[in-house]
Amino acid sequence: MNKRKITVAVTGLNNIDSPGPGIPVIRGLKESESLDVRIIGLSYETLEPGIYMHDLVDKVYQLPLPTAGSAVLKERLRYIVSQEKIDVLIPNFDAELHNFIKIQDELKVELNIATFLPSQTIFDERQKSELGKFGEKYGVKVPESHMINQVLEIRKLEETLDYPMVIKGRYYDAYIASTYEQASTYFYKVVAKWGYPVIVQEFVTGTEVNVTAIGDGEGTCIGAVPMRKLYITDKGKAWSGISLEDDELMEISRRVIENSKWRGGCELEFIKTKDDEYYLLEMNPRFPAWVYLANGCGQNHPEALVKMALGEEVQPFTDYQSGKMFIRYSYDQIVDISEFQQISTMGER
Amino acid sequence: MKIRKNIAISENGFIFNPMTGDSFSVNETGAFILQKLKDDESEETILQNLMDEYDLDTYTAERDLNDFLSMLKGHQLTTNE
Repeated sequence: MNKRKITVAVTGLNNIDSPGPGIPVIRGLKESESLDVRIIGLSYETLEPGIYMHDLVDKVYQLPLPTAGSAVLKERLRYIVSQEKIDVLIPNFDAELHNFIKIQDELKVELNIATFLPSQTIFDERQKSELGKFGEKYGVKVPESHMINQVLEIRKLEETLDYPMVIKGRYYDAYIASTYEQASTYFYKVVAKWGYPVIVQEFVTGTEVNVTAIGDGEGTCIGAVPMRKLYITDKGKAWSGISLEDDELMEISRRVIENSKWRGGCELEFIKTKDDEYYLLEMNPRFPAWVYLANGCGQNHPEALVKMALGEEVQPFTDYQSGKMFIRYSYDQIVDISEFQQISTMGER
Repeated sequence: MKIRKNIAISENGFIFNPMTGDSFSVNETGAFILQKLKDDESEETILQNLMDEYDLDTYTAERDLNDFLSMLKGHQLTTNE
């Protein structure tokens, strides 16, 4: 079968111990049976390992940091498409998504770059700070959450929330606090890294189970694969995990994707309690770093996303294999200084 | 008591529960009991088979079987249907 040649730009090349989803997404695309994909890597830091993975990433361009804003990002992308055509762009960082969502229509019209992102409204609805409303609207249990801007507000929350409570950053990081002192320390730690507001969440006891999923934006869940972490790093990232067979979890996940009309990839993080109840802790608005497991289970989510971005109709996956495991490993690449120099000085390699 | 339908049991006594992602290894006796449960044998029959196979008295066989069955239940590997 002749594979169709296309070019896909991907961010999240930081394949480190707390990895971004870029490299797993690329691996999925490279294994597509119908697409022959040339990969443009988009990086923020010069030491992102994916920059130097020549077998997976064909060409790399640096992007301005998300704080530079969407106009600067668009200008940079305008330069990149003057060098070569990009058919589809898959952003993989929480912090950059806002900019990409904002200019998604302009990217399509002006630069002919297709994306497959949710609208700003739906993106905002699932923000950690809005989780309570999100749960109510889309029929899924969520832990009690509060947004705070002052450390003293924790004292007030003690009236309704028992310790331990979870202190979370608006994008990343979560700490379990057992006392007010711990909670206030974590509050400042989170503020220093992620700014305001800080989210204070009820601590729900149980087993963490995660789902990588993809929606078509019209109310259909195209695919979903559930996973339990088997080994967790000190940063709380999965180093190993296994796909599960859990009908109820799948039903809840599909409901969330379908009711919210989610468009694109996402990760749903749940706690399964002793009483077999599922609480949605977070909905991450992009593929997780373990999305390649879905591919191993028979659902190539990155490929499905690219096809939908290109306007093709994709049939929902109906099956996946449980009992498939992923086991990460670290690997030292040897890179000549000239290559590092090139990306550092020219912003591309 | 029955083994849940979707539980995978290999010949060498490796068990995988796809609902929880847990996996276990059991010894030959454990594998013997699991095979009988999988074959829908009643607990009375399994007890008798255990006594015959391993030359056990009723008290020891019953105690060991009950211990093992409650362990299976604790790990959500069984159903009462």
